[in-house]
Amino acid sequence: MHPALAGLVTIVIGVGGCLAYFWLSNQFLDKVLFPAKGPQAGRNINRANQIRPWLFLFPALFALGLYLAYPVVETIRLSLTERVTQADGTTVYEFVWFANYVQMSADPKFWEAMFNNMLWLIVVPALSTAFGLLAAQLTDRIWWGNVAKSLIFMPMAISFVGAAVIWKLIYDARPPDTNQIGVVNAIYVSLTGNDPVQLLTVPFWNNFFLMIVLIWIQTGFAMVILSAALRGIPEETVEAAIVDGANPFQIFFKIKVPQIAGTIVVVWTTITLVVLKIFDIVFAMTNGQWGTQVLANYMFNQLFVARDWGVGSASAMVIMLLVTPILVWNVRNARREMR
Amino acid sequence: MDNIAGSKPTLTWAVHISVVALVLLWLFPTIGLFVSSFRTADQISSSGWWKALFPTEQNMTLRTAAPETQVQEGDLWVIEGNLFEEENSDATIATWGTSSRDLSAYQPGDTAEDDGMRLTVEADGAYRLTSGTEMEGRRGERVFVVAETPPDFTLANYRQVLLSGDSTDSMSKAFFNTLTVTIPATIIPIVIAAFAAYALAWMDFPGRALLIAFVVGLLVVPLQLALIPLLKLHLGIGIGKGYLGTWLAHTGFGLPLAIYLLRNYMVGLPRDIIENARVDGATDFQIFTKIILPLSFPALASFAIFQFLWTWNDLLVAKVFLIDATGQTTVMTNQIVELLGTRGGNWEILATAAFVSIAMPLLVFFAMQKYLVRGLLAGSVK
Repeated sequence: MHPALAGLVTIVIGVGGCLAYFWLSNQFLDKVLFPAKGPQAGRNINRANQIRPWLFLFPALFALGLYLAYPVVETIRLSLTERVTQADGTTVYEFVWFANYVQMSADPKFWEAMFNNMLWLIVVPALSTAFGLLAAQLTDRIWWGNVAKSLIFMPMAISFVGAAVIWKLIYDARPPDTNQIGVVNAIYVSLTGNDPVQLLTVPFWNNFFLMIVLIWIQTGFAMVILSAALRGIPEETVEAAIVDGANPFQIFFKIKVPQIAGTIVVVWTTITLVVLKIFDIVFAMTNGQWGTQVLANYMFNQLFVARDWGVGSASAMVIMLLVTPILVWNVRNARREMR
Repeated sequence: MDNIAGSKPTLTWAVHISVVALVLLWLFPTIGLFVSSFRTADQISSSGWWKALFPTEQNMTLRTAAPETQVQEGDLWVIEGNLFEEENSDATIATWGTSSRDLSAYQPGDTAEDDGMRLTVEADGAYRLTSGTEMEGRRGERVFVVAETPPDFTLANYRQVLLSGDSTDSMSKAFFNTLTVTIPATIIPIVIAAFAAYALAWMDFPGRALLIAFVVGLLVVPLQLALIPLLKLHLGIGIGKGYLGTWLAHTGFGLPLAIYLLRNYMVGLPRDIIENARVDGATDFQIFTKIILPLSFPALASFAIFQFLWTWNDLLVAKVFLIDATGQTTVMTNQIVELLGTRGGNWEILATAAFVSIAMPLLVFFAMQKYLVRGLLAGSVK
């Protein structure tokens, strides 16, 4: 069957199936299992209403459990096992305790990835939030601010792979004494007269060239959220500051920023989550060569290039561990809100 | 707030200028890709794309036609023609000369005299060479010109990428594959999540708070963790690599955000409407389909855009769950990564392919930005 047709059939079956499931299961509950008539009508209605939420929830819970909760458990298990092919050709998973973690921590590439990820974690959320805050504050005060916002926000829609191509063109280097077509080298050569530099191969600094791509994408996100927060600041606090003779910088840093600190933290953590999982940009631009490895790409290499599921799962667990503080914090916030 | 800026015109100007600078800085990379996709390989490799927007000046050495084409007019021998005849270009001549040392000796329309020969060259390259005696030699006279070439753009790259069917360059198959992945992967989670969100928002049952916390927790679980266990599962139950597994994976990964966004929105709907409907005897199923769903349209749209952008732009899930050894089911992001490998220097193909893949998200982005912003605000600000 042609894939497009299969897609169409899937939509029909998927959507139709979901609707049919919800409708039929409700019918079954109300008409067959606990009919709202006869001597026990009242009790039946109550029972049906106790079960109904679970009918509504079942498909979602099933999918969540299978596609997100189960993998967490399974990854823990895999990270503690080694895949062994036996003499008769079957594979078994042998329990090896922490051998995979030990093996991983002996790999310099892993520590390179850890170090780079920490760099990313410091630089990208900080700069994205700072630029976002700057853009939000500036665009809020001019009549064409919405157009400007929309344009700064636009990279959000571009895939990491697309962004990788866009920025590779910017970082491009041609042989010396020919016209440079990458803008960075064109400026560098015309200013200094030095030979052009293959920017993505310069150790250490190339990490920052990759980070710029993500900052470029995430600034729009930070700007949109922070701009809404800035608008929510009570006018009186700003007016009181003006009356007291504060200059615009004081107003911004001493009046506005403290009031949106909560939102800044949310933006910061959201971008942190993106950074922890960053894969596409590194994969497409350097594939971890020249000292630019990051955890997610390291893991991908272990899983699908080296085909070592044990170490791959162990490195996935490292990412999970790094995410856990944010997870706990989010859950606690959500619970506090519901009370 | 505005009155501070308003009271100081210099500050207002500073704000305007900095925003212009910021916007230009943010647009510059994308415009570079866009412009490059309309240039030929030669143009891209010979000059930066930012020069493509302006006419370029070029020093050229051209020749008049050979003496054998001369005709006699009275007592003059004459050769007429166009210097650009063979080049077939729409360049215009800025200045010209008869010696390579002085290219700016004459303006277009001027006449140069040398050894009894007179040469007139017009801006469009038309020339007239006359001589009192018969001209000799096998080749024409050399003319040195400074030519201005206007910006020149081509659609050939798009033809190559979209229509040629070339197996390495063609994006058309990948485009449809991406579409095939994206649409079911966007619609199905919405349906499933909407029911769950309704239950979590408006139905009372023990353990509801716990379930909400569970969803919030899953919101941040990195999907990297799911790759191997799910691939094992798919291979184990016979789905293997393919569209079905990809749709399921995208559905699973999209659900936490979908449930979270939709529940937050539904909780905010007015309680009166729902309770009135209950009193009037509507079942939960009816309340959901007749009242909640239509009212939740903005939240549904927000999530749909998120999920669309995410599935369209995804590389990892496609690489793990979809693309098999035959490469028949490649998606655009993967195709571009492969082009980066095989055609790393061919910017005309790369730029065009990348632009084809980002055109659709950009379209959706600009058309439905309102909902995207709303969804972001609902999803992150607490």
